[in-house]
Amino acid sequence: MRPSFKVNARSENRLTITQQVIQQLINGISLGSVYALIALGYTMVYGIIRLINFAHGEVFMIGAFVGYFAITVLGLPFIAAIIIAMVFCAILGMIVERLAYKPLRKAHRVAALMTAVGVSMFFQNAAIALKWIGASPKGFPRVIEVQRYHIMENVSITSDRLLTMGVALLLMFLLQFIVHKTLMGKAMRAVSLDKDTAQLMGINVDKTISFTFALGSALAAAAGVLFALNYGVVVYQMGLLPGLKAFVSAVLGGIGIIPGAMLGGMLIGIVEVSVSAAGYSMVRDAVAFTILILVLLVRPAGLFGKNVREKV
Amino acid sequence: MKRKMFLVLVIVLIAALALSGCGKKPDATTPTPQQPVEEFIKIGSVMPVTGAIATFGVSSVEAIELAFKEINAEGGVLGGKKLKLYNEDNRSTAEETATAFQKLIEQEKVVAIIGSVASSHSLAGAPIAQDAKIPTISPTSTNPAVTLIGDYIFRACFLDPFQGEMMAKFALNELGLTTAAMIVEQESDYAKGLAQFFKQHFEAGGGTVVQTEEFSNQDKDFTAILTNIKAKNPEFVYIPSYYDTVGPILRQAKDMELNAQFGGGDGWDSADLFDLAGDAANGGFFSNHYSPDIDSPEVKKFLASYMAEYGKVPDALAALAYDAAYLMARAIDAAGSTDGTAIRDALAAITFTGVSGNIVFDANGDPVKTGVIVGIENQTQVYKATIQP
Repeated sequence: MRPSFKVNARSENRLTITQQVIQQLINGISLGSVYALIALGYTMVYGIIRLINFAHGEVFMIGAFVGYFAITVLGLPFIAAIIIAMVFCAILGMIVERLAYKPLRKAHRVAALMTAVGVSMFFQNAAIALKWIGASPKGFPRVIEVQRYHIMENVSITSDRLLTMGVALLLMFLLQFIVHKTLMGKAMRAVSLDKDTAQLMGINVDKTISFTFALGSALAAAAGVLFALNYGVVVYQMGLLPGLKAFVSAVLGGIGIIPGAMLGGMLIGIVEVSVSAAGYSMVRDAVAFTILILVLLVRPAGLFGKNVREKV
Repeated sequence: MKRKMFLVLVIVLIAALALSGCGKKPDATTPTPQQPVEEFIKIGSVMPVTGAIATFGVSSVEAIELAFKEINAEGGVLGGKKLKLYNEDNRSTAEETATAFQKLIEQEKVVAIIGSVASSHSLAGAPIAQDAKIPTISPTSTNPAVTLIGDYIFRACFLDPFQGEMMAKFALNELGLTTAAMIVEQESDYAKGLAQFFKQHFEAGGGTVVQTEEFSNQDKDFTAILTNIKAKNPEFVYIPSYYDTVGPILRQAKDMELNAQFGGGDGWDSADLFDLAGDAANGGFFSNHYSPDIDSPEVKKFLASYMAEYGKVPDALAALAYDAAYLMARAIDAAGSTDGTAIRDALAAITFTGVSGNIVFDANGDPVKTGVIVGIENQTQVYKATIQP
């Protein structure tokens, strides 16, 4: 029957297995870079004060919202929005550390852990309660001109994903530079090795810890804005699953080890996309947590970790 | 000292637990003490005013309040009694729906309930209403299982077997498409049912469903499943989900150059779809209950009142909720009392013409209604066709 309505044009191509695999690999790396950025925050904070900062996923969410408001309300360009989000969350991270974690530095580790969970709940519910955010998802505007780059026939990458990978890589290099080539980085490594000795050596431990939180939170904020750009949605619980998967990534790579977090993030991203691609999209989240259990059972120090306590 | 602190903490905790057991006292929401309670008839509603499908809840509540306002202005029901709406927000979740139904029935002691919007949510709340013998109309739950819960549960809309058939026939006959893929949300009874019915009718009509992908509504990254679909090269991609997931899927599909004809169901009916999908929504079609472009006296009158009250064009959620509200009011009048069983019997026998068409309930509490196909052009809805059952 002759169609009586205009139909969307269709590209006349079918993907070969190789093309599918490469496309899915690109999808996985792109997702993995976001996880890697969040995982870096987890790993640095654990390295320095042995705390698993469960509120980190919410920093990711807040960063995304700050970026969203910077673009929609203030009308700023994308780069400015990311920078504002990073600065805002760096300050927020430092405030949270001062208020919630510093008083518990001498307390039992579980106390700080519970506080972190509490901060996470607080941020999620605060987001719902705030009039400008609420519980409903919002569309993140398309601020990057979407260009498609064809790597080969039927395999393409869009400019926003390229930007995500590029920014993630840049930030990771920057982090490595800060940690290994600056004085503050040296202080971070010293404090994570032995807090009390570092203090005796004249390092301002409080300032170092604040700096670590600021760095980690800034990275999470960047991840949030990039994630929102890629997937188009900001919503109050967007930090929950990515935060948990980033935690798994950090553990996989070796908690406390920075290159471990980067690799772990990439691996989890690729595994997640592969599981989806294989047709088991429903269990993609479960697979990440299964990996966590396996790592803790078989090799708790992670891929890069040694069983001797040697941390960055 | 430590022991004392511990004791104080325990006492505080117990006190907090005890106090939290006291819910909102029913009197807190009734009108001022001067007016006797009998003047008002309490109708409850459970709507997703916040959360994933918030626009559906907001539209529904607005429409019901408009309907009650009009009915009250014309003299109310049962000889002068005014209708008062008690809405509970179910936050777009099934758990909160059950709690909301419970609260409305036991604490607020409502006479009837209008709700909920999503089939999964209605399925959670309706059994509670059925047990309590509170007549309930869901304006928009299209999954067949909802009214099968019991004889006190009705719906104001068509069912998914018909809705799936609508789009299947439209794709096959009007669009001339023979291969399709489906993207199905696993937590939604609506999505799963609708996909199943679409597939059934599409294949019966000679089409082939080449790929079915499933996702969770917590997922944000759809690139993997979209790549799988692109690999199979279908002509039509059916996404029978709600706008909060359809929007990102359409947007990501466009980004990956998955060029196919996209279609869906009444879950697409939201202005937020365009907020989330942008121009990726253009060219899509979806099945729906009504269109503001339909030329009928009921639609025109409703459009005018809704526009005057809220300053925007009502969507199908509003139209159906408006009809549900009027149905309930007419049933209460026909029953001559606020007794649940009497209202229920009145509903079962009612004949009503509303904004969304004619409503006469069959033995299950379902009406037989026409549907419409809506197209999307320039991020606006355009009425395309009416489909008879």
